[in-house]
Amino acid sequence: MAQQDTVEPTRRDFLYIATGAMGAVGTAALAWPFIDQMNPDASALSLASIEVDVSAIEEGQEIKVMWRGKPVFIRNRSAREVEEANAVAISDLPDTNARNANLAADAEATDANRGVEGREALIVMVGVCTHLGCIPLGQSGDFGGWFCPCHGSHYDTAGRIRKGPAPENLLIPPFEFISDNVIQIG
Amino acid sequence: MKTMIESVRGALLAVAAMAVAAPAMAAGEAPHIERQQWSFSGPFGQYDKAQLQRGFKVYKEVCASCHGMQLLSFRNLAEAGGPGFTEDQVKVIAAEYMVMKGPNDDGEMEEVAAIPSDRWPSPFPNQQAARAANGGAYPPDFSTLAKARAVASGFPGFVFDMFTQYQEHGPDYIYNLLTGYKDAPACFGEDFSGYYNEKFIGGSISNEECQGQNLTGGPIGMAPPLSDEQVEYTDGTPMTVDQYSRDVSAFMMWVAEPKLEERKSMGFRVMIFLIIFASLLYFTKKSIWRDVEH
Amino acid sequence: MAGHSNYVPQSAAAKWLESRLPVIGLVRGSFVDFPTPKNLNYWWTFGGILFFVLIAQIVTGIVLVMHYTPNTAMAFASVEHIMRDVNFGWLLRYLHANGASMFFIAVFIHMFRGMYYGSYKAPREISWILGVVIFLIMMATAFMGYVLPWGQMSFWGATVITNLFSALPLVGEPIVNWLWGGFAVDNPTLNRFFSLHYLLPFMIFGVVLLHVWAFHTTGNNNPTGINPKTKQDTIPFHPYYTIKDLFAIVVFMILFAYFVFYIPNFLGHADNYIEADPLVTPTHIVPEWYFLPFYAILRAVPDKLGGVILMFGSIAVMFILPWLDTSKVRSGTYRPLFKQFFWIFAAVCVGLGYLGAMPAEGGYVIAARILTAYYFAHFLIILPLLGFLEKPKELPASISEAVLSGGGKPAGAVAAPETK
Repeated sequence: MAQQDTVEPTRRDFLYIATGAMGAVGTAALAWPFIDQMNPDASALSLASIEVDVSAIEEGQEIKVMWRGKPVFIRNRSAREVEEANAVAISDLPDTNARNANLAADAEATDANRGVEGREALIVMVGVCTHLGCIPLGQSGDFGGWFCPCHGSHYDTAGRIRKGPAPENLLIPPFEFISDNVIQIG
Repeated sequence: MKTMIESVRGALLAVAAMAVAAPAMAAGEAPHIERQQWSFSGPFGQYDKAQLQRGFKVYKEVCASCHGMQLLSFRNLAEAGGPGFTEDQVKVIAAEYMVMKGPNDDGEMEEVAAIPSDRWPSPFPNQQAARAANGGAYPPDFSTLAKARAVASGFPGFVFDMFTQYQEHGPDYIYNLLTGYKDAPACFGEDFSGYYNEKFIGGSISNEECQGQNLTGGPIGMAPPLSDEQVEYTDGTPMTVDQYSRDVSAFMMWVAEPKLEERKSMGFRVMIFLIIFASLLYFTKKSIWRDVEH
Repeated sequence: MAGHSNYVPQSAAAKWLESRLPVIGLVRGSFVDFPTPKNLNYWWTFGGILFFVLIAQIVTGIVLVMHYTPNTAMAFASVEHIMRDVNFGWLLRYLHANGASMFFIAVFIHMFRGMYYGSYKAPREISWILGVVIFLIMMATAFMGYVLPWGQMSFWGATVITNLFSALPLVGEPIVNWLWGGFAVDNPTLNRFFSLHYLLPFMIFGVVLLHVWAFHTTGNNNPTGINPKTKQDTIPFHPYYTIKDLFAIVVFMILFAYFVFYIPNFLGHADNYIEADPLVTPTHIVPEWYFLPFYAILRAVPDKLGGVILMFGSIAVMFILPWLDTSKVRSGTYRPLFKQFFWIFAAVCVGLGYLGAMPAEGGYVIAARILTAYYFAHFLIILPLLGFLEKPKELPASISEAVLSGGGKPAGAVAAPETK
């Protein structure tokens, strides 16, 4: 019963190690399908892009569309809103990054970098507070932009965080115009 | 005591013999389904992409007017282990179909061109509508049909199937059915206006005049769907009913079992691993037990 | 699950834990130091194999529930969603579906092993009875699980089996309506079956612990059926039986993988790939293969209530098996007549399984009646009588003696005691 090292201990040790290693590899390989099954499945991945017609949005109006299960705000801002946004110095912003998936990762949070290129009144943002995921209310808060009622984050008219616990500006999703009036998000 | 055992044994043997003999007596009407060669049979079988594409063409141009495949999405056509269309081709294919979406901003449902993530639209809104349009017969959905139409091998065939890995009962039956249309036998009578298929398993022949003629199959609701030269093949494959049937059967098998290639290739790796691991464990076990008399 | 450990905690942390919750000592006493007869053959590994399959079923089941929808409108499509869209979904579902069959293959071997070697006899009656309880819960679990994909066989199998209860006089119909939550198998039925299918495996797990506790209290049976007498007769469970069970489990996994990867639908029924349709009954309703012997017994009786009683009786009779077998000798190895009847009984069970798959007509019904009668006669007549009529072979003095004379293998053990 007790360990008895008699013949060829090295060969036996090798056998035990090889068997143990094989078992470890097998267990790890077996675990993967059980983990991966929780990742987004093929049907969820195929819904990753949507198309939206933005021509009907009047000045000062906004629409909400669903993209990947989240609301996306598409707002045609008034001239005064754009003006207010442009008036802010970048250095005064808590988050100086544009957070725009269509620009370079280090783009500055200027209003031009937040709005749609060539149509600066238009802004497309994921309507999810960067703090803990609530949906901010439009045209409210201290800066006339968005206000998240959950923990009091204030965003300005360009969707930039100005006050409150949220760490980042509202995210701008990847999108492009596929015709004059239709954008494809995702 | 010994005689008692013998008599019990005798009785058991008689029962066993009876059980084996019984099916032979009952047989006679079930059609014989001839087994075909399929590229996807066996442990290393894979779908023939060109065949799936041809089969899809046959489905689209012939079957799709009555048969849906509602569990399939257009995107599946571009996925690995399938017919191998490109994503752009799939977009074009999807755009040929209209699907109901909505409600839009006015609260209306609207018909729009499909996109790859959409499910296949069925030709009829529901089973009742399908029956009404097809004289009471329901054209079944193709999503899982190739697996649902697997004809049981019976005893002792199923025992061999286990070792030969024969799993193509479904496409075999579909091929046999599509090539099994025959002129209705005379005993059906002058006023028989339906179609006769000698491989149709759901059919039954009730005419008294047909008794003893050894007919198989029976009347079928579906008109012979295929004819030679009906679907244009551009790759030189013969444009015959036989070839169309073969291609569409293979396509339906893929529709029902789209992960077959992934399954078989993973199976091979798993088997190799398990066999090596089991042999290592065997020697480890022997080594641990070497000092124990058992 | 028994105080067989000589474990003394060494580290301070282990001492701290052990004085509050002696879990390390418990595990060591049950699965490390536990003295196990050294002559257990490979038929004994099926206990470990069953434990593995139970865990595999629970784990695959839990992840399948993450994607399944128990609603008549969506159940079938959600299973196909698992097969088509979910990452490795096809693998998980085929593992779970074939795992049920593997569970029954292993449990049948395990039960026949117990019957052959007399593992049900005193003092292991409670272990055996708990085993029959596990088997019953397994059958209920498997039956309800088969309903969940909501295919044609799911629906009609559920209809036919729940209708068995309508055979009961007076209370039959109220009970069936209560089971269904309506007047036919429908959404409420599917929902409660889903709930119970999730619950019962954990009950199995609990009863398994009791089952192990019971035979760890009495000690394992072994191929000779004689109790270990000296320390020479036993070896610690670890590493000897852990490695042996592990080897057997991996060999069993090869069989399992063969079904999952190469013939995943071999054991299923094609009609279950058609969505449930309450208006169309499949021409030939067959239960899953593991229910076939019981199904044959059910159909062998022309009377509805009689068939139901006999079918449940075929399992109930196993509960009293420890008291039906009158032989003083445990192991079939030393019982020449019993051995023959054991194999006849096994053949009868296989025969019943075959008849269960055949249509209930003509010669099949007669054959099923004969085999059913024999099934009960084996328990109620043959086993009680054999104890008196049979002259058992001479038993070896100890496990060690049987081992040295080539025991464990029945044929060798028979000759050895006399030539000595």
